[in-house]
Amino acid sequence: MTAPTTGPSGTGPEPTGIGLRHLLSTDGLRREQALALLDTAANMEQALTGRTVRKLPTLRGRTVVTLFYENSTRTRVSFEVAGKWMSADTINVSASASSVSKGESLRDTASTLAAAGTDCLVVRHPASGAPHRIAAWLDHVAHSHLGAEGHVAVVNAGDGTHEHPTQALLDAATLRARLGRVEGAHVAIVGDILHSRVARSNAHLLATLGARVTLVAPPTLLPVGVAGWPVEISHDLDAVLGGGPDAVMMLRVQAERMHGGFFPSAREYAIRFGLSEARADRLPDHAVVLHPGPAVRGMEIASAVADSSRAAISDQVTAGVHVRMAVLYHLLAGEDVA
Amino acid sequence: MPSRRRGEPGSGAAGAEGERELLSAADLARTVARVAHEIIERNAPDGATARVVLLGLPTRGTFLARRLAERIGEITGATVPTGTLDPTLYRDDLRLRPTRALAETEIPAVGIDDAVVVLVDDVLFSGRTVRAALDALRDHGRPRAVQLAVLVDRGHRELPIRADYVGKNVPTNRTEDVAVRLVEVDGEDGVSLR
Repeated sequence: MTAPTTGPSGTGPEPTGIGLRHLLSTDGLRREQALALLDTAANMEQALTGRTVRKLPTLRGRTVVTLFYENSTRTRVSFEVAGKWMSADTINVSASASSVSKGESLRDTASTLAAAGTDCLVVRHPASGAPHRIAAWLDHVAHSHLGAEGHVAVVNAGDGTHEHPTQALLDAATLRARLGRVEGAHVAIVGDILHSRVARSNAHLLATLGARVTLVAPPTLLPVGVAGWPVEISHDLDAVLGGGPDAVMMLRVQAERMHGGFFPSAREYAIRFGLSEARADRLPDHAVVLHPGPAVRGMEIASAVADSSRAAISDQVTAGVHVRMAVLYHLLAGEDVA
Repeated sequence: MPSRRRGEPGSGAAGAEGERELLSAADLARTVARVAHEIIERNAPDGATARVVLLGLPTRGTFLARRLAERIGEITGATVPTGTLDPTLYRDDLRLRPTRALAETEIPAVGIDDAVVVLVDDVLFSGRTVRAALDALRDHGRPRAVQLAVLVDRGHRELPIRADYVGKNVPTNRTEDVAVRLVEVDGEDGVSLR
């Protein structure tokens, strides 16, 4: 009788829990979950547009802790703003200023934060898999006799070279806003794929959403096992750009994770894999340039391209707040999932 | 009471056997026209006395607001700004159920400051959605006055809230469902009690 998303007599949208307990990776995130998060992010933006008071009461009384073992500006601020705009209490713990510097283990730190009444732990860690371990420990505690704290949702805010799911979601939200769709779009992801959790999260999410993804990198900057990803691979940026992609995502060369020679020189890298003005000019008119930031101008992206109207870099930051609001909403607003 | 229009789950929802028509498509059109007249009578939205903004509560309230705006336009020639306001993020029962999907919010560009805002919904039940909408409205601006128009008032209020314009008062049992159908959503117009 009615559309599946609405109840009889217009009760408004039916309660549709999307079955998300943690957000640890985009690999394994179901299409309908991803779409629900993107739709919610768009509605969050609408709900806040044109208002003087950017405050929603939705997460009143809920506590979100950002636990960062790596430096970050945009991700940490974005999560904190998202939490605060929904009235959650947000607390930042950085490893350098906590008991971690006294030698406390990851597990003890996580348990301490859970015992202190945290409802959601947003974790960034240099070790791939750290947020998964924390989620498993906290689930175990919650299901054992010790479980006075109840469910603690864990969000991966970037773990080593593994995943950064909210970055991929905000990239997809930006593409949706700029291109009108993700399904069927051709997205080239260019640069340091090897060290990039952003690339891995994007490759899986974009494939789930029905986009075609081409990774462009020198062979030395592609991870082992990339053949199993749902992507095409190229070593020739000009050939890929010649195919007229709908979006180009430039990645930062992560010098801090490089111990050894991955390419002859920064200059040669920029010439072969940098998005210069000349290359950007050959893109189709509608094509969007993305960069997860922080960008190294003159290396992977020319300054003029980063500042052009094609570049959606500041759109990505704005979308980041709405996407993280959507994630916190789906993890924390409804009844606890067993 | 989490939902204001549906009865308790499992009770009345089981059978289509006891379905009773409350408003036919023609009744519904007449009711919308009457409420449009009442809104004009009370606010004179021809520019003379008040600036009226209609805000529908998703999903069906949004379409009812558009229909009311059309009727008011036909009668007075005035264009009534119409929008939609999703009160989900302000609900008091979020923690009692799985997460709800959000709906659209679109406040007309003219804004709601100093306007008479008429909230429009299909069914008034517990009053909790309207309470949430009033809170949401407060964060969008300061209307001169807020009024409430509903197609069906089925009773069982849980908060001190009443409607200014009522299409039809229907005494109901808590376990019954009031099903409002609109062409825009359901392919046909009508209201029935199950």
